[in-house]
Amino acid sequence: MTVDAARLRSLTQEFLAAHPPATTPRADFLSARFDAGLAWVHYPEGLGGLDAPRSLQAVVDAELEAAGAPDNAPRRNGIGLGMAAPTILAFGTDEQKRRFLKPLWTGQEIWCQLFSEPGAGSDLAALGTRAVREGDEWTVNGQKVWTSGAHNARFAILIARTDPDVPKHKGITYFVCDMTDPGVDVRPLRQITGEAEFNEVFLTDVRIPDAHRLGDVGNGWKVAQTTLNNERVAIGGARIPREGGLIGIVAGTWRERPELRTHDLHQRLVKLWVDAEVARLTGERLRQQLVAGHPGPEGAGMKLGFARLNQEISGLEVELLGEEGLLYDDWTLRRPEIVDFAGREAGYRYLRAKGNSIEGGTSEVLLNIVAERVLGLPPEPRTDKDVAWKDLAR
Amino acid sequence: MNTTPTQPDLLYSEEEEALRSAVRDLLADHCDATAVLARIESDEPHDRALWKNLAESMGLAGLLVPEERGGQGASHREAAVVLEELGRAVAPVPYLTSAVIATEALLACDTDAAATLLASLASGRTVGALAVPSAATSGRALDDVREADGALTGQVTGVADAAAADVFLVPTADGLFAVDATAQGVTVEAQISFDRTRPLATVTLSGASGRLLARDAAPAVRRALRAGAGLLASEQLGLAEWLLAETVRYTRERHQFNRPIASFQSLKHRLAQLWLETVNTRAAARNAADALATGSADADIAVAVAQAYAAPVAVHAAEEALQLHAGIGMTWEHPIHLYLKRAKADSIALGTAGRHREELAELIDLRAP
Repeated sequence: MTVDAARLRSLTQEFLAAHPPATTPRADFLSARFDAGLAWVHYPEGLGGLDAPRSLQAVVDAELEAAGAPDNAPRRNGIGLGMAAPTILAFGTDEQKRRFLKPLWTGQEIWCQLFSEPGAGSDLAALGTRAVREGDEWTVNGQKVWTSGAHNARFAILIARTDPDVPKHKGITYFVCDMTDPGVDVRPLRQITGEAEFNEVFLTDVRIPDAHRLGDVGNGWKVAQTTLNNERVAIGGARIPREGGLIGIVAGTWRERPELRTHDLHQRLVKLWVDAEVARLTGERLRQQLVAGHPGPEGAGMKLGFARLNQEISGLEVELLGEEGLLYDDWTLRRPEIVDFAGREAGYRYLRAKGNSIEGGTSEVLLNIVAERVLGLPPEPRTDKDVAWKDLAR
Repeated sequence: MNTTPTQPDLLYSEEEEALRSAVRDLLADHCDATAVLARIESDEPHDRALWKNLAESMGLAGLLVPEERGGQGASHREAAVVLEELGRAVAPVPYLTSAVIATEALLACDTDAAATLLASLASGRTVGALAVPSAATSGRALDDVREADGALTGQVTGVADAAAADVFLVPTADGLFAVDATAQGVTVEAQISFDRTRPLATVTLSGASGRLLARDAAPAVRRALRAGAGLLASEQLGLAEWLLAETVRYTRERHQFNRPIASFQSLKHRLAQLWLETVNTRAAARNAADALATGSADADIAVAVAQAYAAPVAVHAAEEALQLHAGIGMTWEHPIHLYLKRAKADSIALGTAGRHREELAELIDLRAP
């Protein structure tokens, strides 16, 4: 039977009747929700889903929200939900899917991503962390960097070099790394904001069973593409209200503090308000296209737009505050679980927004992607294509 | 301001896409760039044959007019699609002037004279023009022309498409009047226009007789200029789309330094940036068209946002297209200059981006110091 919106609504109501949110412990509720196939409805039955169209998740979420049901703290495990899960679903064995997806979804196990390295950022495929096979196990040595949430994570998705003698994209393999392995050393990496949201992760003789390999040996780049594409798809799913995001914060200050207003800032503020509203509309249009089953290429550009907006708005906010903008709320070294723009003050927003054009693909790389994949412009000339990784300049 | 208006429909329906194809096919056959270039240098800058095809044969002049009042009973959403295509072709036809602005003014009037004129504009056989300067915004005073005993006297400069108009809708302090272009006491003198695909003229009335359309001109003018500004964003989208597509095509073909110039990152990033702006303009223009079509309470904001955003994008697209075509972009033979002139003129028409931002600041309670 195909699952439609009406059927999902009644399934959700039946589920709520059997598991009243008010009296069911949070962990039990989430576990039961996964077992009922109402976690991510587009996943297969038995893995938290019902093989329903992805767009119908909104139906379930609305019913659960109205009933006051607990959520699985999706922001806390953004990498697990947004990146690890779709990759495990696409490339994992049945056993891997059964082992990893449920505790990932319920938030019992947090995930992080061991991709970037000191020598491999935008040129991710140049990575040098080595994995060497010994029987049913791999031994991994190397260093990763910019790893958000590694200090909270139980597992990581990891890409490592398994064959240095072939061109860089061909010798990579994709693994699930157990962060409790004694060879994993997580060290806080303090940022310009003062907090340590990221980490350096040193991998010394880390033992990974071959059963924790995702996809074929040497096929890790292709598996990583699934992860990275899902990183960018995550935008566009949720509706943002008008003045959602940073523009709402600065607009509120403008309304409440007339003594701060200047003509120059007024021009810039209204222009940014327009830009933010138009970005919101573009996101809404993308969402409508997804619901209609005709996804457009707009998603490729959304992150670029948000990065620029966040930076310009937060910069304007610091100026608007004038003398107060010379102060900072707190330089204490903290290790936050999530990035909280709204919970901190203007100076923090300004500094943290600088990362928006770097993390998850720099704006320069994303502009190349738009130019090549959306507009069909010729690729950059490649001098590394047929060169073995070990012979590349480093 | 943290409320979000009723969810607008930002997509195109199948019917709208079919309409787009039909208009695009017609323009491909009858309105290529060479024809437009030849046309603007002739004594007859408007393409009357093309207008007849669009307005009469295809019935597009009456899209905004209900069927019972002689039109097609469609909406601003469909008119916006037509304007996207007309923008792509920089078509020299008075669509925005007659089928949108003059028509909207008449839709706000409830006299018999207005109903008769509305039906004849909807049929496409009559071209109407609201006698206000092209740059007018809705707050403008209506004192260019005075009325005394049904006789109108005064002068309005910068009236778009006035040379093609059969009838002028003339706002005065004493009401909105219809004046036939051929009536006694009416002279229309062409001005040398920056954008010759939408030429301006001075309309002089010396005791010309007018038919009263409405006792109060202000609501009609306001409604007309708001719809005009909102749908102009779709024309600007069409301009930007053509400029981007043509520049992508050219930079892929043009070789320098033994490579297509589009393979240089400095150019790729500029084209990708233009694409982002175009994508955003589409969302803003669709939002304005949908808000006008549904009579949404959000229409004022939607129109101001669309104009504030779309006008600079169309100009940016034209300026980038020119630079990336380099010397070729500077020539008279290449049509880029038609697009640049239209885009720049559009950025002033119906209020600059700055004017729309000022209006918006009031609407969203972000007041100036």
